[in-house]
Amino acid sequence: MESLKPTDVLDIERIQADFPILAREVKPGVKVVYLDSTATTQKPVQVIETMNEYYRRSNANIHRGIHVLAEEATALYEDARVTVAKFINAPAARQIIFTRNTTESINLVAQTWGRVNLNPADVVILTEMEHHSNLVPWQILAAQKNLQLEFIPVDAQGYLDLEVYRSLLDLNPKLVAFTQMSNVLGTINPAMEMTQMAHDSGAIVLIDGAQSVPHFPVDVQELGADFLVFSGHKMCGPTGVGVLYGRKKLLEEMPPFLGGGDMIKRVQLRSFIPNSIPYKFEAGTPAIAEAIGLGAAVDYLQQVGLDAIAAQEQVVVDYALERLSEVPGVTVYGPEAIDRGGVTAFNLDGVHAHDVAQVLDGDGVAVRAGHHCAMPLHDKLNIPASARASYYLYNSVEDVDKLIDAIYKVKKIFRL
Amino acid sequence: MDDFYREIIIDRYQNPHFKGELDPHDITFEDSNPLCGDELRIDVRMNGEDKIEEARFSGRGCAISLASADLLLEYVQGKSIEEVKALSKDDVLDLLGIELGPVRLKCALLSLKVLKAGAYGLDEASDELVE
Repeated sequence: MESLKPTDVLDIERIQADFPILAREVKPGVKVVYLDSTATTQKPVQVIETMNEYYRRSNANIHRGIHVLAEEATALYEDARVTVAKFINAPAARQIIFTRNTTESINLVAQTWGRVNLNPADVVILTEMEHHSNLVPWQILAAQKNLQLEFIPVDAQGYLDLEVYRSLLDLNPKLVAFTQMSNVLGTINPAMEMTQMAHDSGAIVLIDGAQSVPHFPVDVQELGADFLVFSGHKMCGPTGVGVLYGRKKLLEEMPPFLGGGDMIKRVQLRSFIPNSIPYKFEAGTPAIAEAIGLGAAVDYLQQVGLDAIAAQEQVVVDYALERLSEVPGVTVYGPEAIDRGGVTAFNLDGVHAHDVAQVLDGDGVAVRAGHHCAMPLHDKLNIPASARASYYLYNSVEDVDKLIDAIYKVKKIFRL
Repeated sequence: MDDFYREIIIDRYQNPHFKGELDPHDITFEDSNPLCGDELRIDVRMNGEDKIEEARFSGRGCAISLASADLLLEYVQGKSIEEVKALSKDDVLDLLGIELGPVRLKCALLSLKVLKAGAYGLDEASDELVE
């Protein structure tokens, strides 16, 4: 029985018109149905044009150049920092460090704050649902500093076990690092409550916002986050630029990460004095056009409205869960729609996720198959891989119908 | 796309002829594809004349990787170790009868990589074996 189809919150046709790639036919007569935004999102023409215009009109290296182009480039780059700061309600723009991506932001914290503040036998709490980017940097540091890593377990419904978390806090951890939203289960974790609990036990908190910041309003002051990290390319911006937000005092006390140009105040042959934040952490020529593109992406998202985007994704994911549950042999991982962002990872009995994705691709439906950089979570779920359909502001409920039709085609090819 | 799933690939995926383990065996090797988590082990038993008497695979993977393992082990029955060492990527693609992009190529070639690493007696499988 086909469910009653809900109505889109956003004017999807109008939004899709902003994304040139969504008009592309991946084969004659077959338009792409892009359901892989958790991996990377598509880019609106507003972002593409902003970056284009930068290279056509203002390109120069930033800071220190005394000519019109350098001044323009510097202003555009620093404006992007202000835009991003306001977007997450950071108290000051200098608390926004531009990095390459979420992964680099976490490595930066691990190798600067972690290297100075963590000592042998110190406890770091992570979760079982982390992306490899929030596991491996801590594993590397743990090996260097002999740390004790502990993990908040994921329960059968895809929620973090907060009772176990409470008991882990008795170990007096120095740091708790967790994702605000799982890139596989879609679980939206109670980040504010978890942060409060960590602070009550004296720990510093790093929140991985790679999947949350693009999809719903995130306010660092409301969350109480000590560090928040996210990537530009997962929020309509370009690849190559990410963000580290940190509390001012923490950032100021941290040693530099990479050494080189721009991150110094003064250099002598045998020593240097680091620059102040944010420049202390931005060694070398940064991704200037990309940072400016990220600023344009934030403008675009704010113009559509984060609340409206979240509401649209909620309608789509709700409908997707309902329709997926109607297909015999499909198992969806993760919690109820109410606690979930726009992600549905699933498996079809008797078919490997790779093969599901391959057949879906034949109908232009782009999903991801594999472990989605969350191998420990897949081990916990006892599956080698999953197929993952994810949704963003340009996805309509019709896209869900196309996904379901294509899944039935998989069943037919595999004689199920 | 439907070409990917030729009758023989679905058949061999769902009803493999050479799935299992051999104990005792003369050669065994296992490896995984970190991209997708596929895991494959191949056991080989030789006869007195340095020819492959029997070979079996076990593990988990997609239709392309498991069908390719099944077809490959059928193909190498009765062949010598030297002949196995000489096998190439194209031999496996001929067996499958399909063309593959770079991502799925890794699926299709995992079995050849494992078999050749075993044949050479290596500690670790290398992509160079199937280039």
